[in-house]
Amino acid sequence: MDFDIPEEYRILRDSIRRFTDRELIPINEEVEQTKKIPDGIIDQMKEMGLFGILTPEEYGGMGMTVVASCMIQEELSRANICYPMFISGNIGIGTMGIVHFGNDEQKKKYLPAMASGEIYSCFALTEPNAGSDAAAIETRAERKGDTYVINGLKHYITRGNISDVFTVVAVTDKAKRHKGMSAFIVEKGTPGFSIAKIQHSMGTDICQQCELVFEDCAIPAENLLGEEGQGFAIAMGVLEEGRLSLGARAIGIARRLIELSREHAQLRVQFGKTIAEFQAVQWMLADMATELYAMKTMLYDAAWRLDQGNRNRARAGMVKLFCTEAIGRIADRAVQIHGGMGYMEEAPIESVYREVRGMRIYEGTSEIQRLIISRDVLKNGLKSLDYD
Amino acid sequence: MDILVCMKQVPDTETKIVINPEGTGIVTDGIKYVMNPYDEFAVEEALKIKEKMGGTVTIVSMGPQRATEAIRTALAMGADKGVHLCDDAFEGADSYSTAKALAAAIKPLSYDIILGGKQAVDHDNAQVYAALAELLDISHVSIVTQLDVAEDGKSAVAQREVEGGAREVIEVSLPAFIACQKGLNEPRYASLPGIMKAKKKPIDVIDLAKSGLSADEVGEKGAKLKIRKFFLPPEREAGKILEGEPEELATQLVKLLREEAKAI
Ligand SMILES: Cc1cc2nc3c(=O)[nH]c(=O)nc-3n(C[C@H](O)[C@H](O)[C@H](O)COP(=O)(O)OP(=O)(O)OC[C@H]3O[C@@H](n4cnc5c(N)ncnc54)[C@H](O)[C@@H]3O)c2cc1C
Ligand SMILES: Cc1cc2nc3c(=O)[nH]c(=O)nc-3n(C[C@H](O)[C@H](O)[C@H](O)COP(=O)(O)OP(=O)(O)OC[C@H]3O[C@@H](n4cnc5c(N)ncnc54)[C@H](O)[C@@H]3O)c2cc1C
Repeated sequence: MDFDIPEEYRILRDSIRRFTDRELIPINEEVEQTKKIPDGIIDQMKEMGLFGILTPEEYGGMGMTVVASCMIQEELSRANICYPMFISGNIGIGTMGIVHFGNDEQKKKYLPAMASGEIYSCFALTEPNAGSDAAAIETRAERKGDTYVINGLKHYITRGNISDVFTVVAVTDKAKRHKGMSAFIVEKGTPGFSIAKIQHSMGTDICQQCELVFEDCAIPAENLLGEEGQGFAIAMGVLEEGRLSLGARAIGIARRLIELSREHAQLRVQFGKTIAEFQAVQWMLADMATELYAMKTMLYDAAWRLDQGNRNRARAGMVKLFCTEAIGRIADRAVQIHGGMGYMEEAPIESVYREVRGMRIYEGTSEIQRLIISRDVLKNGLKSLDYD
Repeated sequence: MDILVCMKQVPDTETKIVINPEGTGIVTDGIKYVMNPYDEFAVEEALKIKEKMGGTVTIVSMGPQRATEAIRTALAMGADKGVHLCDDAFEGADSYSTAKALAAAIKPLSYDIILGGKQAVDHDNAQVYAALAELLDISHVSIVTQLDVAEDGKSAVAQREVEGGAREVIEVSLPAFIACQKGLNEPRYASLPGIMKAKKKPIDVIDLAKSGLSADEVGEKGAKLKIRKFFLPPEREAGKILEGEPEELATQLVKLLREEAKAI
């Protein structure tokens, strides 16, 4: 067994790490205050090819592996989770539906522009009455001549306010429940489609969530993605990559929080000693590092297996569940080690603490992950852990 | 333009240096190695010249097996090919025997200009390029912060940093060695397509036999300099905090400065 990182990946990781250290970490405060990633940084991200990590090379992407994608997202997250979130539509659910289910024309029309970052994409599934139970969506799409007419409301849609192309999941045949759901490509500016509002959250809100409204929004029939009835499959089709991405981001954030906590503990003097000399603080650092190691090991194991073509929803669910819950504990300890400073806006800790809270909710709540994992254990034993 | 860049892989600047028990070198276990930061400026400048004037960029590096990673990084930034002087015989070199090996690798190549960092941040000798230029019988310009290559590629105007922030402007005929300083440019980050392409770019490995040199001309044997001992500066002692009324404090401070620190 060899768990060493191959040279090619180290070059990739170091390049992104240098970019993160030199360009992103120094502007963190500014980005959090303005709630905007500077245009110059976005341009650099485009030049580096970050919007096309997983898009196949024939459509202008990098055709890279899930391991590579995770490494890139991990490094970027050390600065701020807003960077992987900013590209997450183009390297994930906003684009991969077209990669896997799109026809030739759709691929040619959208993928190169998405891979270069010329246009941004996002994915709209969640509705007020359908969150964890995605099959309960009520947005409808009715075939009328050579159009589909969409009516309904979506909410919590990340980057809806800046996206150019939306993959929208709607019901085409109510009787068939999740088999009657279909996915559509909707472009910004289509009459009858609007962003109703930006939904402010407890997070840093650099990448925002939006409410989308469809009122008799007619789109060309050729914008159907895949076939009628494939909407649920499209929605579920790229969940594993998305869930591993969250694991990668949690790892990057954990590294940064541990670096900051270590520095603070070694500088802060109370009772005549650095607080790093108190066992209570040492043990917090020990627990943080141990959880990070577990997160890192399980993520890259799962990502590598996915790259070998071994898809497994339970395994991806375990990574998502453990990493997002662990980052909650790690962020909590980072606040604790920083004392009052960890609670105040002056230090770069409290915003991370707020931001990571959402990770246990989006891309499937912790409870939904446990549901997937427990079903798998009951059905298959420990097969998903490769004990077969 | 055929552009060469001399590049060295060095310990990351954030490495905490530990001297080995014998005092003959540093403990290399667990060290992370990176491209010498000043060589990054050289690679960037080479790529800029290529973008403007066309041609090829070749990375020349001497170092153990692990140095291929730094060469590939330069290829990922956009350089075209690598030349890797790699042989146990090259180990333990000083500036002179390094220059000797580099010169042997460079002589058969066609080149219009050679770039490199103003020094490597490991031993900080800043001597290799001068020795190399001498061995190749070309000029060198050190500590360059601005470079303009003439349109015909026959000469260049370089600005050097000198004491007090002043600049010296030097016109040099090419080929010449340009030793790059911070401020020359902003090195680019290897892009994802660059990293993918770098995998397929050639690295020519040159061992002792291929270099045409003999074992006693290179590495430790060929060195003019023998390092006797490595040691770290003594750790800074904790500061002293004086207490009392301002007048007493001043007296105490003067006393300490005179008697203990011997500063006044
Ligand atoms: C920051 C953020 C970004 C988002 N981005 C997007 C996006 O880009 N596109 C998109 O379509 N959606 C997006 N979402 C929506 C997200 O996917 C949903 O919020 C999530 O699936 C949970 O749905 P819900 O909020 O309706 O909560 P609910 O489903 O109402 O869940 C409430 C609670 O009930 C629990 N629960 C529900 N069902 C079960 C069950 N069967 N067993 C046990 N417990 C259960 C849940 O775990 C949770 O604790 C985003 C959400 C957030 C917060
Ligand atoms: C919201 C808020 C309101 C406040 N209001 C007031 C106020 O009105 N008036 C006022 O005077 N102060 C106030 N404070 C200050 C508060 O009392 C201090 O923040 C608190 O005592 C912790 O001190 P510190 O922030 O300096 O952290 P530190 O003392 O530096 O602690 C940092 C970390 O080291 C640990 N640590 C320190 N010493 C030891 C030890 N011996 N053994 C083990 N672990 C140790 C701590 O538990 C903590 O985890 C407030 C703070 C906050 C956050």
